[in-house]
Amino acid sequence: MLAERLFKRLTAHLDPVLSGLLGLLLGVSLIAVWSASAGNGDKFVAHLVNITVALTVMLLASHIPPQRLMQFAPLAYAVGLLLLIAVALFGEVVNGARRWLDLGFIRIQPSELMRLAVPLVLAWYLHQKQESLRSLDYAIAIVLLALPVGLILRQPDLGTALLIAASGFFVIYLGGLSLKLIAAVAVLAVASAPLIWHLLHDYQRRRILIMLDPSSDPLGAGYHIIQSTIAVGSGGLTGKGWMKGTQTHLDFLPERSTDFIFAVLAEEFGLIGNLLLLLLYTAIVYRGLTLAARAPTLFGRLLAAALVLTFFVYAFVNMGMVSGILPVVGVPLPLVSYGGTSMVTVLLGFGIVMSVATHKKLVKT
Amino acid sequence: MKVLRYITPEESFRQYRRRLEAAGLIAIGLLLLLAGRFFWLQVVQFERYHTLAENNRIALVPAPPPRGAIYDRAGRVLAQNYTAFTLEITPDKAGDLDQLIPELAKLVEITPADVKRFRRALAEGKGFESVILRTRLSEEEVARLAVNRYRLPGVEVRARQFRQYPYTDVMAHVVGYIGRISARDKEQLAAEGRTANYRGSEYLGKAGVEASYEPWLHGRTGFEKVEIDAGGRAVRLLARTPPVAGYNIHLHLDAGLQQVATEVFGEHRGALVALDPSNGGVLALVSRPGFDPNLFSDSIDQATWEELNHPLLRPLINRALRGVYPPGSTIKPFMALAGLELGLRTPSDSIQDPGYFSLPGSSHRYRDWKKDGHGVVDLKKSIAVSCDTYYYRLASQMGIESMHRFLSQFGFGRKSGIDLEGELSGLLPNPEWKRRRFNQSWWPGETVIAGIGQGYMLATPLQLAVATMAIANDGVVYAPQLIRAWQEPESGRMHYAAARVLGRIPLKPQHLEVIKQAMVAVTQPGGTAAAAGAGAAYAFAGKTGTAQVIGIKQGARYDEKRTAAHHRDHALFIAFAPAEAPRIVVAVMVENGGSGSGTAAPMARKVIDYWLLGKRPDAAHGGMSTREDTAEEVEREDAAPVPAAGEPEEVPGDAR
Repeated sequence: MLAERLFKRLTAHLDPVLSGLLGLLLGVSLIAVWSASAGNGDKFVAHLVNITVALTVMLLASHIPPQRLMQFAPLAYAVGLLLLIAVALFGEVVNGARRWLDLGFIRIQPSELMRLAVPLVLAWYLHQKQESLRSLDYAIAIVLLALPVGLILRQPDLGTALLIAASGFFVIYLGGLSLKLIAAVAVLAVASAPLIWHLLHDYQRRRILIMLDPSSDPLGAGYHIIQSTIAVGSGGLTGKGWMKGTQTHLDFLPERSTDFIFAVLAEEFGLIGNLLLLLLYTAIVYRGLTLAARAPTLFGRLLAAALVLTFFVYAFVNMGMVSGILPVVGVPLPLVSYGGTSMVTVLLGFGIVMSVATHKKLVKT
Repeated sequence: MKVLRYITPEESFRQYRRRLEAAGLIAIGLLLLLAGRFFWLQVVQFERYHTLAENNRIALVPAPPPRGAIYDRAGRVLAQNYTAFTLEITPDKAGDLDQLIPELAKLVEITPADVKRFRRALAEGKGFESVILRTRLSEEEVARLAVNRYRLPGVEVRARQFRQYPYTDVMAHVVGYIGRISARDKEQLAAEGRTANYRGSEYLGKAGVEASYEPWLHGRTGFEKVEIDAGGRAVRLLARTPPVAGYNIHLHLDAGLQQVATEVFGEHRGALVALDPSNGGVLALVSRPGFDPNLFSDSIDQATWEELNHPLLRPLINRALRGVYPPGSTIKPFMALAGLELGLRTPSDSIQDPGYFSLPGSSHRYRDWKKDGHGVVDLKKSIAVSCDTYYYRLASQMGIESMHRFLSQFGFGRKSGIDLEGELSGLLPNPEWKRRRFNQSWWPGETVIAGIGQGYMLATPLQLAVATMAIANDGVVYAPQLIRAWQEPESGRMHYAAARVLGRIPLKPQHLEVIKQAMVAVTQPGGTAAAAGAGAAYAFAGKTGTAQVIGIKQGARYDEKRTAAHHRDHALFIAFAPAEAPRIVVAVMVENGGSGSGTAAPMARKVIDYWLLGKRPDAAHGGMSTREDTAEEVEREDAAPVPAAGEPEEVPGDAR
């Protein structure tokens, strides 16, 4: 009895449909990681631990009332921004990029924090100004977005910068930014492409060039794309069967349990498996957006929708990268790839989505 | 600052819903794009990626076949494989070679030549393939390397197959040798569509039987289909097509006879060919000086290479089929036979030899080798004493065209078709040839000297042996052939090579009889080879020949002592025995040997004595040992299987 009530209390803010869909996706993840690690028990156990921790975080996040989040938003953003500035000044250089900050007891990557802090602060800001939105408010919102994005671009970390920019853009777009302005910015972006090309680092340019023609560097940077495309293509309609992917199990597929885990699934389960996975992602996104639309406050609606759309962008960019239509940007397949940070960040996001959708009665409108 | 607009929460929510739906539609569009991409890769392009994935994971590792062995007629091993340990380095795994090699030199002997060869192979190699640094490691060296192996990454001791020629220089020109596959060989193999079968092979036959029977000896390369990972390491054996060993080749050659035929040359240069007249089988084929074919398995150092290419000695040249010499007086039995067959002479027709011959209306004297002439000479005597005048006259009567027609039946001027590469066709001249070659007409005087085998005519020792076989065989000419049988490596089943008839010359038996008797007279008292024939226990038919190397001026005397060694005459001798039922035909040529009677004929005698009587010349003891003794000795050493006798069945498809 007590246990039952405790369970009800704990799960009060979880959405059963979304939870079930996420559970399915995590099941897919377990299958994929088991195959990608070739039955390496340690890695699988570590993955299980990551999932457990991340689910716990989601559960906890679902209990945080949205007002608490709103209070927390400016602080999280400020800390994140300071840390990014600290990275720019004192950061450690790893692989030619200054992304890490060594705080003595822990090494952190502040850009990870910004993935949540940016939509959080923008949703908060637009919520504050919702009664009387002026063009200045949008300008400020854009500056709030541009600061961290600019800093992360400088590290340089193009992938993360673009994804954070996307999450911020979703908030501003859903918050009602003039479509004309958006169109103007888009046109400007396309027009300034040559200039951006000029500002890109060599390795970034190379990635784009290699994406356009992977065979130009088959043993170097193009190797990842070529091998993952072979893995996907050779999977065929029905795949080679679980644990039977030759690209995966003969070491041809790089980073197969992390960024390229989609190739493992594509090789072993084929087009049918891929389409089922796309369907699962679609269902999650649909349910997530439905929940977001149910949120009683503008803050909740903007934040939840932005998090769900960002989740979608991550999934799309990863699958596009692995199947060779997008450059290699180092983005994991959300909730499938092995790796604790991503798992926790994504499920934390879904915890927030469920929170804003379920904490109705506590919010004044 | 102007407020853009005031919106109610309801308006705000409607706008939000609209924009969310728009975002959702875009998302669905992107998902469809992905689905389309997957369809393209996994359905439309499936075959392509499937193939790529298969290629990725499957490697064919060639398994080279063991090369067939070569045996003589008694089953003695002439060429075989043996396994030796090699020290090899895989460059990719080895780290700094400049440190590693001196380190290895402390454990095993490594010569600068080894290092040089290694560096050269390294430059051609692929990094992940091991490169040989030292071959033929001793047991002790293998042990020392094994002990130190843990601190020598990338260093491997492997067992490899090497080729060995136990008879060294004795068999060099017959058996030949194998050598590394060169760029030219690769082109050749590609042109013949044999490249696939040589993947994994490092050597191929370069000369002798090793070259001419290369396709038989090589065998068929097997393959191991292995699954590999991205690093090229074999993970699992998927399938195996075992290699098929090459055929063993059994020759007509007799190692004992070959040994004797080699020894008789001593320091002389020249060639000897001994044929079995019953089938054209090559019993011995010697070219001197010889060389050690074992040298070619490794790379050869500069000094040895220069020695092998000595401009005068030229040991690599197989003089038996590539040396062309004027046949000299050895042509006389054929000329005499022509005289009989063409009705120009009867055995009893005689001439009075004044010591020279002049063409009608000319004062030019064609001199006999005997200044004052041989007196009254009939056909038999003309051969026995090798009277030049007799043949000057006969040739001038016969004319060059008839001479050319008749002699060409005996194989002069064309290749005999022996199953060895590189044979030259010699030269049997006629006016047409001279016009083509020099754009000059034929002079009657050239016919005269052609009658004694001088002038333009050139023949190889092999051609002389083949022509002699035609007389010994009453006109039946077989193609000289080394191969006696080829043997399937696993079952041991023998396939006997049939004799190939080159031609049957229609000759009257009574004419042949006269010529044979005359040739026997050569080795009997009064004959030019009487000394060499003394005490022969069989009817020894022969003909001496001495071919001038430089022209001697009219009236000048030939002084052997004053002529530099390399301007001395070539000594020739052709022979068969026993005359009534020949079992062996021999042609000997000794470069700058002086006279046929003095140098070449005794050599032929020793070879025939060995073959017919089993007597072995023994320089050290001044006596003879029997052939059986030695043969047994060799057999014990080699312990090779003696092939079972059998009837000829078929000829190998592309024997040359």
